[in-house]
Amino acid sequence: MKICVLVKEVPDAAVEKRIDSSTGRLDRAGEKNLNPYDTHAIEAAMQIREGGAVEVEEIVAVTMGPESAVRALHKAVSLGADRSVHLSDDALAGSDVAATGYALAKAVEKESPDLVLLGQQSDDGECYTIGAVVADHLRMPSLTQVIKMDVADGALRCERQAEYGYDTVQVRLPAVISVGDAINEPRYPSLKAIMGARKKPLEKVAAGEVGIDAGLVGEDGSRVQCGDFHAPEAKPPGRIIEDEDTNETVEQIVAWLEERKLI
Amino acid sequence: MADVLTYVLHYEGELNKNSLGAVSEGAARASEIGGECHAVVVGGEDLSDHLCQSLGAYGARKVFRGRGPEGLAQPVVDVMAKVIDEHGHAYALFGGGLLGFEIGAGLAARKHAGVTMEVISVRAEDGKLVAERPILQDSQISVSRYKGDLGIIIGRINAFEARTVDGGSAEVVDVDVEYSPWSTQAEMVERGEQRGADVDIEGADILVAGGRGLGTAENFKLAEDLAAAFGGNSAVAATRAVVDAGWYPYAAQIGQTGKTVAPKLYLAAGISGAIQHKVGMQSSENIVAINKDAGAPIFEFSDLGVVGDLNKILPKLTEAIKAKKGS
Repeated sequence: MKICVLVKEVPDAAVEKRIDSSTGRLDRAGEKNLNPYDTHAIEAAMQIREGGAVEVEEIVAVTMGPESAVRALHKAVSLGADRSVHLSDDALAGSDVAATGYALAKAVEKESPDLVLLGQQSDDGECYTIGAVVADHLRMPSLTQVIKMDVADGALRCERQAEYGYDTVQVRLPAVISVGDAINEPRYPSLKAIMGARKKPLEKVAAGEVGIDAGLVGEDGSRVQCGDFHAPEAKPPGRIIEDEDTNETVEQIVAWLEERKLI
Repeated sequence: MADVLTYVLHYEGELNKNSLGAVSEGAARASEIGGECHAVVVGGEDLSDHLCQSLGAYGARKVFRGRGPEGLAQPVVDVMAKVIDEHGHAYALFGGGLLGFEIGAGLAARKHAGVTMEVISVRAEDGKLVAERPILQDSQISVSRYKGDLGIIIGRINAFEARTVDGGSAEVVDVDVEYSPWSTQAEMVERGEQRGADVDIEGADILVAGGRGLGTAENFKLAEDLAAAFGGNSAVAATRAVVDAGWYPYAAQIGQTGKTVAPKLYLAAGISGAIQHKVGMQSSENIVAINKDAGAPIFEFSDLGVVGDLNKILPKLTEAIKAKKGS
């Protein structure tokens, strides 16, 4: 079995995110971390490999992004991927969700994986959607927000929370699965793995090399334009108590509740 | 022509509330751009003529009914793509929920259309629909405008309110669709399984909700004791993270994939306030948050925020409320 894991570099949670008003895009200057949800996807791939139910020949991390996105690939490799593919091309800049999913699908198609894994959401924008876009282009079944996954007999038995409770779905391979953070506890990479990550094969590919139609990507190929960024109507800030003396804190909470006739 | 096509989810013969909201929103916006609102339903025999026609009350003029598996996205993408190919809808609109995200995204790929998710408001502008969505942890609003023949709008949960209008009965049109090979590769084994005890949180006036910050499943006792101290119509609720971890029953879950509540008091203990949780409780009358992390997003939308250790505060608060109740 060959597994491709789609990964993405996102702004560090500690760095304040902002929109660049001249381009209308997220200012990615401060970003430097692998999307936390993607670490769960890599861990899921590692657990399939280590589970023994099926032989995993290769785990390939795939990303699309500027030069700096290489760091996300290094992190992915340090967490267990065998090699990585970096789809990078100026023509891809400004791609919307549909265009990004199309481009990623073309890069993945070249690898002919049996399973494509990704994190269900990213901290910086598109939630829950990339997996379904990639799957339709690859003509594979897909499921998002998966929290349990077992592989047997060329299929995955997946569990997730849906609108009416927990659903169990049997998905035939090849398939695209996006995972939630409840699926596993990602391991920490060893120092040796971190040091060795840069030596693992990293292939850089341009849009044309994987057959991407330039008319379907980038700003011109995207069908949705985002703009008019503005602050939402703000709720007036609430009162904050820092607990120093707990008896006093509790008195203040009780008084606050009493004022509102909640006790 | 600028018709709006919505998807309506159903379960055990009942239509989904968020889907009905999408129909109401679709009908209101379509009328502003000179079109009609239509709906797609996919399922088995429980999709009776009567059930489909009832969507007329929410503003749908036509209901396209496909026979196929329920609770899976890709068969619905096939049906919607066919309906749009034949009827030329200008927009596809979804209420909040997991399937809406999957179907909308799949449809965007199939039709090379623009898609916006987590939308909280839609308006007409120069004969076109424009969608607004919060981004960057709800600190900014971004406005989406569409190019091309089709725009896809996926609402945030509870963004669109279901409203009955004087619409009468919808026309039901059966759609004969040949499913894509990959759409039949996923099979529902069990749907809607309830895990853990059945508890009622939707009717409670006071909810004490516990999150990962409680630390252990056993610590839910602190939340239960506090709820009991309030007495009357109070209950304990939980976040998705602790339900998935098995600390508390699914029936008590608040948020995007759980229940939506609006009690008189919502006391959040050890909950960071992720957007997926916020959407299920932000309409509560009074929100009190206790969390040791002063930077937790929940403090941005709570009325009273307490930065401190739950293990110290909750037992004393429980005692203090008991004392008040006793006096």
